[in-house]
Amino acid sequence: MPLITFDGHQYDCHQGETILECLTRHGLLVASGCQSGVCQTCITKAVKGRPTADSQKGLKDTQVAQNYFLTCVCKPEEDMELAVADLSKGSMAATVVEKQLLNESVLRLRLKCEHEFDYVAGQFVNVKHPETGLVRSYSLASLPSDEALELHIKRVPDGRMSGYLHDETSVGDALSIDGPAGECFYTIKDLDQPLLMVAVGTGLAPLYGIVRDALKHGHRGEIHLFHASLAIPGLYYSDEMNALADQYEKVHYTPCVLHGDAPDGGKQGDIQQLVKSAIPDLSGWRVYVCGDPAIVNGLKQTCFLAGASMADIYSDPFVF
Amino acid sequence: MSLYDELGGEASIDAAVDIFYRRVLADSYINRFFEGTDMTRQAAKQKAFLTMVFGGPNNYTGMDMREGHKHLVEKMGLNDSHFEHVLAHLRSTLAELGVGTDKIQEIINIADSVRADVLNR
Repeated sequence: MPLITFDGHQYDCHQGETILECLTRHGLLVASGCQSGVCQTCITKAVKGRPTADSQKGLKDTQVAQNYFLTCVCKPEEDMELAVADLSKGSMAATVVEKQLLNESVLRLRLKCEHEFDYVAGQFVNVKHPETGLVRSYSLASLPSDEALELHIKRVPDGRMSGYLHDETSVGDALSIDGPAGECFYTIKDLDQPLLMVAVGTGLAPLYGIVRDALKHGHRGEIHLFHASLAIPGLYYSDEMNALADQYEKVHYTPCVLHGDAPDGGKQGDIQQLVKSAIPDLSGWRVYVCGDPAIVNGLKQTCFLAGASMADIYSDPFVF
Repeated sequence: MSLYDELGGEASIDAAVDIFYRRVLADSYINRFFEGTDMTRQAAKQKAFLTMVFGGPNNYTGMDMREGHKHLVEKMGLNDSHFEHVLAHLRSTLAELGVGTDKIQEIINIADSVRADVLNR
């Protein structure tokens, strides 16, 4: 079992595990994208040990010469030491200042950081379990101008992190967080571009941040936000979203459920079908999809086939 | 000069991936093979593949092709007829990008050279 040394610490790398997976499992925040050795987001330099040949494919020869490699496809064959640059920004303490249930299974945590925390609405942070060291990523629902960071924690059956946050943390407790990271956020490339936002479950967290960030930047195009859930009890923040829709004529909010009665002002059915029939032609639109990965993957395809350009579809690539 | 440079390098590949992938996903004869896949990752792979067939800088290997399609061949019956559909979509993509007929045939021949690997033969 190869040992990976980074920033003075050693991490065991399991058989068949990539360095990226190994570091992430140990709670380090490593920037990554495609996870298939193409986008080169996770490029890192080996100070000791030889990177595998396939982890250097596609790199410039000058990079290979300096032992740069892609952590996402490197299954190390020997002990390696990594250069410190470009990796974890280090964790910091954040105090729980509010704990509130938003529905039967989603908890809103508000956290205050010990230092100033620079992020863009829609990015995520890694939260570390103080005893087990377990790490989970949660999207930020807050804006940087808000007083506290806001996370929406869905209770997962037998979830070790969500269970801990729901049942064992109290206001005043300190958590260790790491970040921010993520490429799913608003950019001012076209203020008139229509925006489609589809949130599945707690995928509403980043989109609640992104929609307000877009409005704050003076976005002028139409903004359609769909919030999908299995049934009505899974929806939350309807009042907040309706308030936004009342305040801004260009904001349209549609709560959607798969089962049971349609919510007030909303729809019942499969979210992919509902989006497709509401906006059949997405040519020229910018699309944000967040939430359950299986549904998000389907939605990305649906939106792409409805005409959205691949470069205009944003989502975050994590599973938690 | 490779077709890769002729077409305008990486930007043209991005355009080609967009057109190609749209055609493939819209084809009900083959789109079940893409159900549930992450489009971003899939597009990155298609970009690497198209870069290879266009003669650009690539790191594509037959092994990647074999591994990547093995479960589709074994579990979902991926065969020549599906491969032909993909080639047809590549052909139309190139035509849409204004590539000449001779050049298209040349590219299709390169793409066809991975058939045995894709079908794990």
